[in-house]
Amino acid sequence: MSWGSVSAFLAMGGYAGFVWGSYGVTAACIVLEIALLVARHRAALRALPGAAPRMDTK
Amino acid sequence: MTIDINWFKHSSPASFYPLAGRLAPWFFAAAALLAVCGMYVSFFVAPTDAQQGEAYRIIFIHVAAAWMSMFIYVVMAFWAGVGLAFNTRLSSMAASALAPTGAMMTFIALWTGSLWGKPMWGTWWVWDARLTSELILLFLYFGFMSLQAAIDDPRRADKAGAVIALVGVINVPIIYFSVKWWNTLHQGASVSLTRSPSMAATMLAGMLLMALAFWMYSIAAMLMRVRCIILERERNADWVNAMHGGQS
Repeated sequence: MSWGSVSAFLAMGGYAGFVWGSYGVTAACIVLEIALLVARHRAALRALPGAAPRMDTK
Repeated sequence: MTIDINWFKHSSPASFYPLAGRLAPWFFAAAALLAVCGMYVSFFVAPTDAQQGEAYRIIFIHVAAAWMSMFIYVVMAFWAGVGLAFNTRLSSMAASALAPTGAMMTFIALWTGSLWGKPMWGTWWVWDARLTSELILLFLYFGFMSLQAAIDDPRRADKAGAVIALVGVINVPIIYFSVKWWNTLHQGASVSLTRSPSMAATMLAGMLLMALAFWMYSIAAMLMRVRCIILERERNADWVNAMHGGQS
């Protein structure tokens, strides 16, 4: 499959919104899940009894 | 071939926590690599579909996500059942760790299906067997997660969740066979074990690569989440203190 030009690729034969809407939301879901997992792990580490108290929460 | 692994050693949260931490980056790397290859094949190798034009390229994530949504549910129910039967903590934690990723895969399958349905069927949504049973799968994931979140005692939450997960597993074959059992707008299986695939080899390759990428990603996300759950539940255990004691 050769697209000829970048704009032809982005246009997806007239279905750009549907195709990129699918791939974009999927990518966003994955990025969000990883961010939430990293945040959850950090929060779990902070909540450990041995963890140093955070300065901002006193 | 025998694999010399002491499963009991790795089945305690204390030894699985560091193991999961070591494994997760490799699964993320494998997922990224497979996704890059899969997207390359999906967009630059696979030909334009004769009937659907370029819109069919949604298939590469739609099918992968739909497969994972069902597969993760079965694995989740399996581990929840093992936890219920043998009272093994780590199995129940694994089940809880799979649920959000499974729900996300279900959402992606529904979302991409909707965006594919609009140009091809002329509608975002129909209440037919395949779509409705997949929506029920999403609600089963939500039910599992909210039930567990509502019960304070983790071991009781595990048991209650296991019952919902095991009862809900009946929905998975219903989703899979819905396109055979009922008249539906949704097309039949594109890939089956009993006959040759009804699509070009490059399309199939793209689909399988994306499915593998989603598979590796799901394992990585599950490993990361199980680490969070272990840490949250075992925060007073000696081994946690020994590992993270001085850490801020």
